Amino acid sequence: MRRVVITGMGVCAPNGIGLNDFSEALRQGKSGVRFQPKLKELQFGCQIAANPLLKEGVKEKYFTPLQLRGLNASGLVYGVIAGVDAWNDAGLSKSPAGTPDWDSGILFGTGILGVDKFREAIYKVDEHNVRRLGSTAVMQTMASGISAYLGGILGCGNQVTTNSSACSTGTESVLMAYDRIISGNAERMLVGSCSDSGPYVWGGFDAMRILPRKYNNNPSEASRPMSETASGFVPGSGAGALVMESLESALHRNAKIYAEVLGGHVNSGGQRGGGTMTAPNNEAVQQCIIKGMKNADIESHEIDAINGHLTATSKDAAEISNWSEALDLKEVNFPYINSFKSMVGHCLAAAGSIECVGVVLQLANNQIFGNVNCEDIHPDITSQIASTKIPLKTFSFKADIIAKASFGFGDVNACVFFKRYID
Amino acid sequence: MNSEKYQKLKEIIALYLPEDVSVNDITEESHFINELNINSANLVDIILDVEDAFDIMLENEDMDQMQTVKSAVEIIETKLSNK
Repeated sequence: MRRVVITGMGVCAPNGIGLNDFSEALRQGKSGVRFQPKLKELQFGCQIAANPLLKEGVKEKYFTPLQLRGLNASGLVYGVIAGVDAWNDAGLSKSPAGTPDWDSGILFGTGILGVDKFREAIYKVDEHNVRRLGSTAVMQTMASGISAYLGGILGCGNQVTTNSSACSTGTESVLMAYDRIISGNAERMLVGSCSDSGPYVWGGFDAMRILPRKYNNNPSEASRPMSETASGFVPGSGAGALVMESLESALHRNAKIYAEVLGGHVNSGGQRGGGTMTAPNNEAVQQCIIKGMKNADIESHEIDAINGHLTATSKDAAEISNWSEALDLKEVNFPYINSFKSMVGHCLAAAGSIECVGVVLQLANNQIFGNVNCEDIHPDITSQIASTKIPLKTFSFKADIIAKASFGFGDVNACVFFKRYID
Repeated sequence: MNSEKYQKLKEIIALYLPEDVSVNDITEESHFINELNINSANLVDIILDVEDAFDIMLENEDMDQMQTVKSAVEIIETKLSNK
């Protein structure tokens, strides 16, 4: 049986770009949620969001002057930064001209890409000026633009594709790549996901009235997973990336190993049995966790910590119930649980991958990062699990197995298990 | 060859050259795709840049004829003289 390990990571998150800044931000509970003047100008109800702050000159390190020409796809920029960083972190190099690396592929998801570029194109088309679109309107706006750019920059010759399953995209990409490596079809897969910034991505959620509206003057307190005063998720953006590799290949290269991926499960509630386009079928969530444990060949008592989906809506308590039921663990026997969304908001398609990077950092740094903004834990949660299992501060802890789940619109679920690597 | 227009065109082309081709490799006779190894998709961008730089508009047939640096300069000159 082949084993799959993580040998490199990169991240472009609202509260930190690069592994050092991101892990330090998570450790300190630093918020990436900020007031967004543009959203105020456009009269959004929710005028805050969490987006990565790129320093001047950063893009030039990742893109050629030609690629930068007319580049107006923020998710693509975040994804390339995270993806190239992960590749370098794994000690891998770009393939030389002439020959791609047949054993390395890319599975990098997104929800919608290059929205600002698409807006530009729409204006030109409507002004009868289609001839002025230029050559990159297509690749900046096609969903697979992100895997196509990364594939070209790195020279990958295995499967190069993009998955899309709403807010479970990033976690799903890890499991899809796991299958590809386990089956022997690839030795290395750069996985991850990205999501654009901006009013055209976030507007639809504001219209659904599922974003917090009372925190425009107090952005860092707006994202409140598991809190009694949670009032909706804070929209976010960014990208996370992981290099997944067969253990054989990693050992052969003498690569550093962050953690092992044990497997997991992906499913859907079929928008039946209480599940809808926007709400999960609870039985499906539990099935996803139970089948995931079976796939990973672990038992629930072996799980030391959970990084939930936990977006800061009224559904958080239901998610806790689902974990508790699926693991058959409650009160003090329940594992530690946290949600990075209290700091990075809900990065939509990028959420799963950014959070997977955070989970693996917890294993690598021997820490569990604290939850912020949930001093007032919802009573429907404390009635199920002990409040001591919801750490409010980062603490040292040598977890062996951490579970990560992400759920998405369309009633889709993904649950993956990461383990400390022991040879 | 009008050196001012030629120089301006060379500056436009420079951005689109692949890594293994330098600006010094550009000559009047250079073929955009076969000799300068410019990605054919980028020819569209070169044409848009030329339109902006010279304040002209190129038709489809002009684009078809713009195979070499020399033919591009000739088309630019014709367009400018017809303005």
